[in-house]
Amino acid sequence: MAKIQIITIITNVFFVLYISRLIVKGKLREEYAIVWVICTVFLMLFSFWRNGLEVLARLTGVYQAPNLVFTGFIFAILIYLLHLSVVASKLHNDNKKLAQNIALLKEQFDKHLNDQKI
Amino acid sequence: MPDRVLIVIPCYNEETSLPLVLNELRQIKLPGSYQMKVLVINDCSKDNTAAIAKEHHATVIDLPVNLGIGGAVQTGILFARDNGFDLAIQLDGDGQHPPKELAKLIAFHEETRANVVIGSRFLENEGYQSSFTRRLGIKYFLWFNRLLTGLQIYDSTSGFRLFDKAAIEIAALNYPDEYPEPESLVSFSKAGLKIMEVPVIMSHRLGGKSSIRHFGSLYYCIKVTLAMLFSFIRKS
Repeated sequence: MAKIQIITIITNVFFVLYISRLIVKGKLREEYAIVWVICTVFLMLFSFWRNGLEVLARLTGVYQAPNLVFTGFIFAILIYLLHLSVVASKLHNDNKKLAQNIALLKEQFDKHLNDQKI
Repeated sequence: MPDRVLIVIPCYNEETSLPLVLNELRQIKLPGSYQMKVLVINDCSKDNTAAIAKEHHATVIDLPVNLGIGGAVQTGILFARDNGFDLAIQLDGDGQHPPKELAKLIAFHEETRANVVIGSRFLENEGYQSSFTRRLGIKYFLWFNRLLTGLQIYDSTSGFRLFDKAAIEIAALNYPDEYPEPESLVSFSKAGLKIMEVPVIMSHRLGGKSSIRHFGSLYYCIKVTLAMLFSFIRKS
């Protein structure tokens, strides 16, 4: 096993441990963790199977294997960013509804309190 | 039963102009059997807007976070829906919409039974007319709105608007957050509401700053164009 393989495998193990820790502590929701877990699976796969990249590059007609890595990862990152924008939009909407409801309820509550005072 | 009208005043840092608007509102009398309630939506202002509104005996709704004009107006619409108001009228807190013009909107609604009545600056070209670039933008929206909805709305960016019960129901469910005026017209017209304009005389803002300035106007045009387009495509 080459040195680089050992380094990537160890890094990967730490990465998986860190993700698990975040999930366990409730800092990362499972649905957002899926993509990271899949990433580590890929990294792990190609750490062990060193020729894998060459094989895939040949299969897809890419001349140089590293280009395949860049293309694949950039695409994955773009998709994930889009996903995050969707999440942010949903949060924005939920936040708006919550704020409106709180404000309306507070008005009702204050009115109720005032009525009772009289 | 008298018809109940809710005056929705969305406010963000309007302490200088709000007292004038509220005083004027108290002095006007609406035609017929209309009963008016004034609701100030304080969109998380940094100044004394809320306290001033309370001093002037308005009902105040304090938003805990800043939602922008659309979110604030929608809060007022939700209040109107939940409390069974017959009409809701949006009136800006900066003094651009003189309260005495309210009667025109109501009378026009009575006459035409339109679901949405827009107070328009441009039908008779009186009073405050806005700057050149802004009028250019408004012309563009006239054209774009006509393309999408077939409606001839001259002042589609006017926030001086009357909503009847049907319009309140729709706006309570779906009202854009940012720059809602032109976009909401698309969704109203898709819902089959009758939208009409009545000439009003507007004045310069008495205080505060417009939310649309400098490079903001380009962003405004692009954002609103996109929003109108997607509102048009979206299934209602």
